[in-house]
Amino acid sequence: MSAPVRVREPGPRRAIPGTGALRQTGQLMTLAATTVRDTFRRPFQMRELIEQFWFVASVTILPAALVSIPFGAVIALQVGSLTQQLGAQSFTGGASVLAVIQQASPLIVALLIAGAGGSAICADLGSRKIREELDAMEVMGVSPVQRLIVPRVLATMLVALLLNGLVSVVGTAGGYFFNVIVQHGTPGAYLSSFSSLAQLPDLYISEIKAVVFGFIAGIVAAYRGLHPKGGPKGVGDAVNQSVVITFLLLFVVNVVLTAIYLQLVPQKGA
Amino acid sequence: MGIEVIVEGLTKSFGKQTVWQDVTLTLPPGEVSVMLGPSGTGKTVFLKSVIGLLKPERGRVLVNGVDMVNGPERDIYQTRKLFGLMFQDGALFGSMNLFDNIAFPLREHTRKKESEIRRIVMERMDMVGLVGSEGKLPGEISGGMRKRAGLARALVLDPQIILCDEPDSGLDPVRTSYISQLLIDLNAQIDATMLIVTHNLDIAATVPDNMGMLFRRELVAFGPRELLLTSDVPVVRQFLSGRREGPIGMAEEKDEATLALEQLTDGATVPLAPPAVAPQLEPSPGMPPRQAVQRRKARVLAMWDQLPAAARTAVQAGLAPVQGEPA
Ligand SMILES: Nc1ncnc2c1ncn2[C@@H]1O[C@H](COP(=O)(O)OP(=O)(O)OP(=O)(O)O)[C@@H](O)[C@H]1O
Ligand SMILES: [Mg+2]
Repeated sequence: MSAPVRVREPGPRRAIPGTGALRQTGQLMTLAATTVRDTFRRPFQMRELIEQFWFVASVTILPAALVSIPFGAVIALQVGSLTQQLGAQSFTGGASVLAVIQQASPLIVALLIAGAGGSAICADLGSRKIREELDAMEVMGVSPVQRLIVPRVLATMLVALLLNGLVSVVGTAGGYFFNVIVQHGTPGAYLSSFSSLAQLPDLYISEIKAVVFGFIAGIVAAYRGLHPKGGPKGVGDAVNQSVVITFLLLFVVNVVLTAIYLQLVPQKGA
Repeated sequence: MGIEVIVEGLTKSFGKQTVWQDVTLTLPPGEVSVMLGPSGTGKTVFLKSVIGLLKPERGRVLVNGVDMVNGPERDIYQTRKLFGLMFQDGALFGSMNLFDNIAFPLREHTRKKESEIRRIVMERMDMVGLVGSEGKLPGEISGGMRKRAGLARALVLDPQIILCDEPDSGLDPVRTSYISQLLIDLNAQIDATMLIVTHNLDIAATVPDNMGMLFRRELVAFGPRELLLTSDVPVVRQFLSGRREGPIGMAEEKDEATLALEQLTDGATVPLAPPAVAPQLEPSPGMPPRQAVQRRKARVLAMWDQLPAAARTAVQAGLAPVQGEPA
């Protein structure tokens, strides 16, 4: 036998600091693009979508409703006292509803979907990955993205859309209750300030935000789930990271979307 | 008929660790090949590279003209449908019962009726001795059963290339013999190209047409079974005889010092007589003859000049009674 050959690496490959993060971002984007593309590939996984939709909805509806009542109340109280200081009590209703619908509701929805739905999706995909189930699927010529990730991301987006409606309604009702009953505002002023400040596009941007946030939560969960480091411990870490990364992205994207919306759509009464 | 798999100059590393480099070999169409190698030499990585799950840095794997390493993703997905891969740990879908697991490729890639699917799946489950367990989840069966279910799933689409990662590990000796016979019978029936990764000396000695061995980041040898079974290359010899003396140690490899010491202390390392080459398994009675046998005979005779004397003798001994054909 020939003498043992020790192989030298083809030149020192030193990682330039920061490239790791760039590569991860790139891979995340690629996964997002592949997911969008595969959404239109047949056969569509309807069953998986329904199962996932049901699952994500079932773990988020109750907490969302419970969180949105106090949230609506807090905003109503805060805005109520602020408008009082400014002597603009008559606008309390419209202002707090806008805050709830445009900001609070999509964020509450996204945080819950990432925390409850996304973490479960990430853990599920991660454990399938380390059990080589995803490899097996690929070997059988079935794309895990098309088969598993597309339905999951669609499910998070759909649940976000519907849940956002729920949270908006409950939040607004909570705000109304606190303003009218607790702070002794007048129902008429509360409702009429609606039409003087709020407009339909406010609702649209709210739903658009929710869908975008749902997409981000789904993709990040899937991405971290597909790339766990090492064994079961790696899956735990991946779940943790997926929630943190989603939260960070959400707040950044929220700033961008809000800025664009306020620039593009003329606000009522301004 | 099976499909030829051509591997050229394949090199795979994980970070700084080179698993193997410059692996070049051809799996002849319809023949059974075995890949040997001590634990951790990258046999599983090799199988996964052949099917395009792992992407080696250099080299290519040609199947039907498609490069499984750098080819277009779409072509790779298409070509994978020709493969059946049995994973080392079964890789069954944990959320599906055995029946659904084995039916999965059929449901994904064919438009067969449910009754037809049922017939095929039950036939395969019978083949690997799992009838009666079809309703169980992978978590509820033994490791050996998971393995056999994995094999059944790999076979369900009548693949033209079958890759088996250690079909024997986790199986008892009797089941291992059955699996050996099953693989040969399969080969006779569908004439698929097969690559089996194993540590099992019985399988190595009786199943394959060709053998290869990975060691120290290299493909040490690849060729007709007689070539390796009679080889006097120390690693191959040591591995096939399962002895401690030789270059393979407990860790990936012994260091030079230990080896020198070993040669000093038992300087009388008895040179083993060239091992007798056991006859290859024949298909069970009632099976068609293996078509690969004739093709292989022509191939081996064509490379006659390159074979060492011991290998020639073994080939001649093996040729005489080949399935009633005159040599
Ligand atoms: N995903 C991975 N990341 C990093 N290193 C890996 C990975 N997969 C395998 N390796 C390394 O590659 C080497 C070969 O592993 P492989 O699983 O192919 O061995 P093997 O020959 O199949 O062993 P065994 O006979 O025990 O199954 C090992 O040193 C392993 O640490
Ligand atoms: Mg292995």
